[in-house]
Amino acid sequence: MAQLFDLALVIWLIALAVHITMARTDQNAIIAFIAFGLLLGLGWVQLSAFDVALTEIAIGAGVTGILLLSAEAHMRKARTSTKATGTKIAKAEASTTGTVSKATTIDEGRRIGAVGVITTAIACAAVTVGLGFAVLLLPNPAPTLAPAAAAALDATGLGNPVTAVLLAYRALDTLLEKVVLLLALVGVWSLAPDRLWDGAPALRPAEVPEPLAYLARVLPPFGVLIAVYMFWVGADAPGGTFQAGTVLAAMWLIVMIAGLRQPPDTALKTLRLLLVGGPALFLAVGLIGFIIADGFLAYPEAIAKPLILVIEAALTLSIGVTLAMLVAGPAQKAREP
Amino acid sequence: MTAVLAPTTLFGLCGAALVGIGLFVVLTHPSLLRRIVGFNLLGAGIFLVFGVVARRGAAAGFAGDPVPHAMVITGIVVAFSATALAVALLRRLLELTGRSTLDNGEPPDPEPRSKP
Repeated sequence: MAQLFDLALVIWLIALAVHITMARTDQNAIIAFIAFGLLLGLGWVQLSAFDVALTEIAIGAGVTGILLLSAEAHMRKARTSTKATGTKIAKAEASTTGTVSKATTIDEGRRIGAVGVITTAIACAAVTVGLGFAVLLLPNPAPTLAPAAAAALDATGLGNPVTAVLLAYRALDTLLEKVVLLLALVGVWSLAPDRLWDGAPALRPAEVPEPLAYLARVLPPFGVLIAVYMFWVGADAPGGTFQAGTVLAAMWLIVMIAGLRQPPDTALKTLRLLLVGGPALFLAVGLIGFIIADGFLAYPEAIAKPLILVIEAALTLSIGVTLAMLVAGPAQKAREP
Repeated sequence: MTAVLAPTTLFGLCGAALVGIGLFVVLTHPSLLRRIVGFNLLGAGIFLVFGVVARRGAAAGFAGDPVPHAMVITGIVVAFSATALAVALLRRLLELTGRSTLDNGEPPDPEPRSKP
């Protein structure tokens, strides 16, 4: 029975992936991608990776989905307005090539031709076959670090091995990952035109549907509660900073999209403090490790758990704000004096 | 047949297929936004293969090796930040040139959009 479920899940995942390749419009493909992310989350549950399942559904499907959908809507609007102003060019193009301008926008990039597409398809299939063989020929018994992680778990006072790996054994990875998130945000912000750069991003659509405004009023208290729970329970059970931060980001985004609160100016001091706070605290505790423990990012055993929880709390806030600002995009409105 | 249907093998092969499909979209699709979606498919496939490695490493009372799990979580977050940066670049490209493809054959839009 479980096998049948797995098989159905895998077939759905591949079917959705093929649909994403074939779908006529980007919007259609993105919606399929969100469904794909949710099903993939189920797949992670089947692989007993509950922490990953939560992350995949929250970030892989949820936040990536809203980011892509809002980009698609924005680009569609921009294209239609270009088309409206440039009808003459479009008409001229249509009369010379004999195609509708919509078709040209879809096909204009396909320059590699049928032979190129087939060659690429064969190369990609070869990659798949190679990986497939690698999966079938994985060593038996499988190498594992689980006993090592379990042996050191007591020293951290945590119950969830994944949280222990993220914040204790491989804390350097997690710290650098926070820096990567901030760097991505710096990259996104720096794409704003010069005169707008310290202004606010624009998220609110022209018309806010009633149900959205209603949800934006009702959901956030529950969302924040769920986020706090996920952060707290993450020490001992599936959950943790990323998942909690993503829920916080989602709540803030829905409030901003519904227009109940405006996105903040990117130059706002509080915003920047919140963004940097988590990683900075993590780094500071890491450096203090030189004095009170064995070295960089080491915690003294007696206070390991409280320290990890404090770092996680600050990181959760920082991740929430960073993710929301990444979705909001570069500044689009000049700063109000 | 039953060996292939074991959950680890099944999801591993699924991951391999997703990598191929994602790579194909990244390399061939005319729409750059779709290529970004393809990049995420490619990533999802790699994470899934990694998840299979983790599941096979179940030991010490855990249902999977926590080290690859933690790395996949890190990977998902980094993939998201890369996606956000790519989307922002794409929107800027559209703003500056009026195009959302990487087509050099067409003459550039004679009317660069000067939206405030």
